[in-house]
Amino acid sequence: MSEKAKSASLFDSDILRPAALEAFGKMSPMKMWRNPVMFATELVAIYVTILFARDLLAGGAETAFAGQISLWLWLTVWFAAFAEAVAEGRGKAQAASLRRARSELKARRLVNGAPQPPTAASDLKIDDLVEVVAGEFIPADGEVIEGVATVDESAITGESAPVIREAGGDRSAVTAGTRVLSDRIVVRVTAAQGSTFLDRMIALVEGASRKKTPNEIALSVLLAGLSLIFVLAVVTVPAFASYANGSVSVIALAALFIALIPTTIGGLLSAIGIAGMDRLVRFNVLATSGRAVEAAGDVDVLLLDKTGTITLGDRQAVAFIPAPGVSERDLADAAQLASLSDETPEGRSIVVLAKDRFDMRGREMAPTHAKFVPFTAQTRMSGVDVDGMQIRKGAVDSILQFVAAQNGGSSAPGDVRRAAEAIARDGGTPLAVARNGQVLGVMHLKDVVKGGVKERFAELRKMGIRTVMITGDNALTAAAIAAEAGVDDFLSEAKPEHKLALIRREQAEGKLVAMCGDGTNDAPALAQADVGVAMQTGTPAAREAGNMVDLDSDPTKLIEIVSIGKQLLMTRGSLTTFSIANDVAKYFAIIPAMFAVLYPGLGLLNIMGLSSPQSAILSAIIFNAIVIPLLIPLALKGVAWRAAPAGQLLARNLSIYGLGGLIAPFLGIKAIDVVVSALHLA
Amino acid sequence: MTLEGWTLILAFIALVAAIARPLGLYLDAVFAGRRTLLSLVLRPVENTFYRLAGVKADVEQDWKAYALAVLLFSFICTLALYALLRLQGALPLNPQAFGAVAPNVAMNTAVSFVTNTNWQAYAGESTMSHLTQMLGLTVQNFLSAAVGIAVAIAFARGFARRGAATIGNFWVDMTRATLYVLLPISTILAIAFIALGMPQTLAGSLQATTLEGAHQDIAIGPVASQIAIKMLGTNGGGFFNANAAHPFENMGPIVNLIQMLSIFAIGAGLTITFGRMVGDERQGWALLAAMGVLFLFGTGVAYWAEAQATPALIQAGVDPSTMNMEGKETRFGIAASALFAAVTTAASCGAVNAMHDSFSALGGMVPLTNILAGEVIVGGVGAGLYGILVFAILTIFVAGLMVGRTPAYLGKKIEARDVKLAVLAILASPLAILIGTALAAGTDLGRAGVQDPGPHGFTEMLYAFASAAGNNGSAFGGLTATSDFYTYAQAAAMLIGRFLVIVPALAIAGNLAAKPVTPASSGSFPTTGLLFIGLLAFIIVIVGALTFFPALALGPLAEATAGRLF
Repeated sequence: MSEKAKSASLFDSDILRPAALEAFGKMSPMKMWRNPVMFATELVAIYVTILFARDLLAGGAETAFAGQISLWLWLTVWFAAFAEAVAEGRGKAQAASLRRARSELKARRLVNGAPQPPTAASDLKIDDLVEVVAGEFIPADGEVIEGVATVDESAITGESAPVIREAGGDRSAVTAGTRVLSDRIVVRVTAAQGSTFLDRMIALVEGASRKKTPNEIALSVLLAGLSLIFVLAVVTVPAFASYANGSVSVIALAALFIALIPTTIGGLLSAIGIAGMDRLVRFNVLATSGRAVEAAGDVDVLLLDKTGTITLGDRQAVAFIPAPGVSERDLADAAQLASLSDETPEGRSIVVLAKDRFDMRGREMAPTHAKFVPFTAQTRMSGVDVDGMQIRKGAVDSILQFVAAQNGGSSAPGDVRRAAEAIARDGGTPLAVARNGQVLGVMHLKDVVKGGVKERFAELRKMGIRTVMITGDNALTAAAIAAEAGVDDFLSEAKPEHKLALIRREQAEGKLVAMCGDGTNDAPALAQADVGVAMQTGTPAAREAGNMVDLDSDPTKLIEIVSIGKQLLMTRGSLTTFSIANDVAKYFAIIPAMFAVLYPGLGLLNIMGLSSPQSAILSAIIFNAIVIPLLIPLALKGVAWRAAPAGQLLARNLSIYGLGGLIAPFLGIKAIDVVVSALHLA
Repeated sequence: MTLEGWTLILAFIALVAAIARPLGLYLDAVFAGRRTLLSLVLRPVENTFYRLAGVKADVEQDWKAYALAVLLFSFICTLALYALLRLQGALPLNPQAFGAVAPNVAMNTAVSFVTNTNWQAYAGESTMSHLTQMLGLTVQNFLSAAVGIAVAIAFARGFARRGAATIGNFWVDMTRATLYVLLPISTILAIAFIALGMPQTLAGSLQATTLEGAHQDIAIGPVASQIAIKMLGTNGGGFFNANAAHPFENMGPIVNLIQMLSIFAIGAGLTITFGRMVGDERQGWALLAAMGVLFLFGTGVAYWAEAQATPALIQAGVDPSTMNMEGKETRFGIAASALFAAVTTAASCGAVNAMHDSFSALGGMVPLTNILAGEVIVGGVGAGLYGILVFAILTIFVAGLMVGRTPAYLGKKIEARDVKLAVLAILASPLAILIGTALAAGTDLGRAGVQDPGPHGFTEMLYAFASAAGNNGSAFGGLTATSDFYTYAQAAAMLIGRFLVIVPALAIAGNLAAKPVTPASSGSFPTTGLLFIGLLAFIIVIVGALTFFPALALGPLAEATAGRLF
C-alpha cells in the first residue's frame, strides 16, 4: 500500500470510470438476486419496461410517463450496482500492485542443504526450505529457521524502514513479496501457494472472498420483510380502488412499491460493508473477515499490553535515593560510572539524570582500564570494575545478595529496603547501587506513560469499553501505572496462560474481548479473543491465530479498530433509518396522486403541492433513485463518529438520519417536482 | 371537550399506572411459583389438576413443545366449543329453547372465543342458551385469556434466562393464570358488579308490561359472571348484542370506569411483571410508558373528534357546539364513550359502550388505528406484551445499530433468526387484514354485507378484518358479517392474527433463552429512557402507518376530507 493509495480521494476518476462500466455487469439478475430489495426493483423495472414497450407499439396515453418511470427504475438499480463497484474499486488498485509483486517471485530451494537452481515460487510446497540472500525477494510466507536479515516489507506495509527477521523468537515470520536487504536466511515455507498472506491480502482488498456478515444478513432479512409488507400494501390497492368504483394505473402502483421498499439502504448495504473493510485496509490493518470488523464494534473489553501501548516501553531514571550516610552526589557518581557503558535506554537515562542533577560529564573510560560487567539474566545486575572499585547496579534483591556475599552475610540497611518498597509502591522500579560491598542507595526508574493515553481510555470508558492493562510487573507496580494511565483494570505478573484465562472469564460473562499480540505464546489468546490483532512483525503462529493483522505493528491501533467497527454498524443503522423515514414523504406524494381521482378530498394530502399526479409519482421515483448516488460518499466514508455514551450517539444519529430522513424527501421531492413540471416531463 | 372529560381520561391513566405495579408483582410471584396469599387454598387445587391430567409440573418445555401444547390446547377447545354450539338445542339450561347455532356461525364463534377475539356474528340473547354462555363462552373467556398470559410469560422468560433450553411448562402457566389470576379477580369483579345492580340469574327473561300496556320480554341471565371475565380477559364478547352499551351490562359511570380499568389491568400489570422477570423493573415501565403515549394520543384525538358537531348537523344549521352524540349513551357522554372506545380497541378487548360506526371519520379512525397498530397499546392479555416486545426487538435492531454495536435488547443480541421471526410475527396481521379487506372490497360476496356507501362502507370492511386479525372482536357496526364469506374469512383472519404471532413469538423466546447475556454498559443501547419510549412508540406508529396508509386513505381519510357524511 503506497502512500498514494492511502490518500486516494473518494471520487478518483481512475476508480469511477471502471466502476461505471462494471456496474452494468453487476446488474445481471444472477448477481442481483442476492440482494432481495434491489432484485425486486430490477423485476419491477423489467415489468414497467415491458409495459412501456407495449405502449410504444400499441400506443398508450401513458407512454412518455411509463418510459420515464422505467428509465429511473433502471437507474436506481444501476446506482446501487455502481455504489458497490466504487467501493470495490478502491481495493482493486492495491490488489493489482500486490499481484504484480506475486507473479515475479522466484525461489531457490534447499534440498538436503544443497541449493537448487531457481524455480517459480508457485512450485513451492509447505515445509520446503528456501534460501534467500541480500537483494532477493522472499518467495513464500514462512518462518526463518536459520540466520538473521534485514527485510524491506514496504510492499506489504508501506513502511519504508527495514525490519529485522531472525530465526527463533517472535520475529521469525517473513512474508512473500518482501525483499531481503542484507545477509542470508533460510526460510521454511508455511503457507501453500494461493493461501499466502499476499494471496489473502489480494482477495481481501478485492472483496473476492466477501461473505455477508451476520449483521448484514439480519438487516437483509428485515429489509426483505419490510418489502413483503409493502407487497401486501400495494397488491391490495386495486381491489380497494375497485370498491371506490375506480382503478389505479399499474405504473403508479409499481412506482409506489419501489418508492416504499428500502432501496436506499438496500442499494448501499454491500458498499457500506466493503468500505468498512477498506477503511481498515487504509489504516494498514487487514481483517480476515467482515465478521471480525463487526465484532470490533461490539468489543466490551480491551486487553492492552503495558509496554509499547500504555507506556513508552523504556523505563527512565527519575531520582537518586541515597542510603543513610551516603551523599546523593556520591550515589549519582557511582551510578553514572556503572552506566557509562550501559547502552540500554535505562542506562542512558541514568547518565542523563546524573548530568541533569549534578552536571556530571561523561568520562573517558579507556585509560582507566575499567572492566565492564554486562547484565545477565542470572546475575540480574551489571557494573564496572575500575580503579579498584567494584560498582554494581541491578535489582534490589540481587544487589543485596551480592553485597551480603561480599560482606559474609551482613544485611543491608533497612532504609534502603524501605526506599525500594516505596518506589515499587509508586509504580517505579528500584535499582540498587553498590560499591565495594556497600549499598549506596537506590535509583528510581519509572515507566513513562505515553502522552494522551489517559484521555483515550476515558473516551473508551464513555463508550462503555473497559480497558485492562496486561503487564509482567508485580501487582504494586502495575497498580500504580494503571492508576496513572487511567485503565480500568490490570493483570499483573501476567503469563500467556493468564491472558487466556482472563479472556475466557470475560467471555463467560458475555463480553467481547479484543487484544493484540505478536509472540507464538500469544497465539492461544489471540485465537480465543473475539478480535485478535496480530502484529505483522509477529510469528506465523500469532498471525494465523488472530483475525486481524496490523501491518504497522502498532498495538495502540486496537482503539481505532474498535471505532472503525462501530462506525460501520452506525452507518448501516443510520442509512436504514433514513431509508425507512423517507417513506412518509413518498406516501404523501404518491397516495394523493393515485387516489384524488377517486375521492377529490384526498387532494388535501398533497401537502407538498405537487403539480400533477404524474409529476408527483415521477418526482418521488427520481428522488428515490438519486438519493443513492448522493449517499455513496457517506456510505464509503461512514457517518461522523465520536466517542460518546450510547444514549448521546443515538440521540444525535436519530435527529440527523431519523428526523432528517423524514424532512429531506419532502423538500427533495418538491424541488424535483418544480423541475419536472418546468421541463414538462410529466 | 370539557375539564371533566379530560379529568376522567387522565384519572383513568393514573389509576391504570397505580394498579399495574401491585398486580405485576403478584403475577411475577405466581408464575415464578412463589407463595402468594392464595397459595394456601389454591396450591392443593393446582396440584390436583396436575395429578389428574398427568402433568409433571417441574418438567419444562422447549419452545417447540410449548408452542405445540398451545396449538393442541386451542384446537381441542375450538372443537369442544363448536360441538357445544351445534348441540345446544339438545342440552339443558336452555330456558328460551334456542336451536343449534348455524354451522358457519358456530365455527366462527368457536374460533373467535378460542382466539380471545370474541367477535360475535350473532346476538347473544337470541342465539345462545345459558349453558352455552356459561360452559362454552365464559369458559373460553378464561382459557383464551390464560393462554395469552402463559405465552407472554414464556416470552418474558426468553429474555430473563441465559443459556437455557426451556421456556416453562405451558400447562402449568395456563393453570396458574386461570387459578391464581383470572378466577379470583373476576370473582371479585362479578360480586362488585352484582352489588352495583348487574343481573346474575339462571332465569331466561323478565316479563314486563309497559305503560302503554304492551307486553315485553326483557332478556336477563348470568350476566355479571360473564362480564367480569369479558373485561378482565380482554375478551369483549357481550352477554347482550348491545354489549357494554346495554344497561344491564354497563349500568353507569362507576361500572363503566371499573370495566375500563379491568380491561387494562392485566395487560398493564404484565409489563411490570416483565420488568421484574428480567431483573429491572424500569424496563417494564418503559414499555408501559410507550403504550401510554400512544394511548393518550389516540384518546385525545377521539375525544376531540367526537366533541365536534358532525358535518350533517352543521349543514342542518344546528348549534355547532353540539357534539357527536349519535350512537352514544347519554349516561356515558362524549368523554367516557371516546375513552371506552380507545381502551377497548387498544387492549384488544372489543367490548363497546358506543357504536364506533357512528363516530366521526377521524374519531372512528382512532379505534381502527389502535387495532391496526398491532394490538400492542396495552393489548390483549398477554398478547399485548409479546406484541410490543416484538416491536421492541425491531426498534432496537434498527436504532441499536446507530450506537455502533450489534443490537442487543436486555443483553440479548438480536440476530438474523430473531429478526426473521419478529418480521414474521409482524407480517401476520397485515397479511390477514389487507388480503381480507381486498377480498371483501373486490368481490360481491364482501360488498353484500356493507351497509353504507363510499369510504364509510370501506372502513366497515377494513375494521371488521382488523378486529378479527387483531383478535379485538369489536364491531365497527354497519357490516352484516353472518354470511358464509364473512364468517369463514373472519375465522381465518382470527387464526392468523393469533397463532401466526404466537408461534414466532415462542420461537423468539426459545432462541433468546439460549443466548448468553451481555452485561449493560454505557455503550449499550439504553432501553429505559424517554428516547427509547418515544422511539418505540414512533416505530409502532410508522410500521402501522406505512402498512395501512393506502387503506386508511381510502377509508377514514377519504371520508374525513369529503366534507359530508356517508
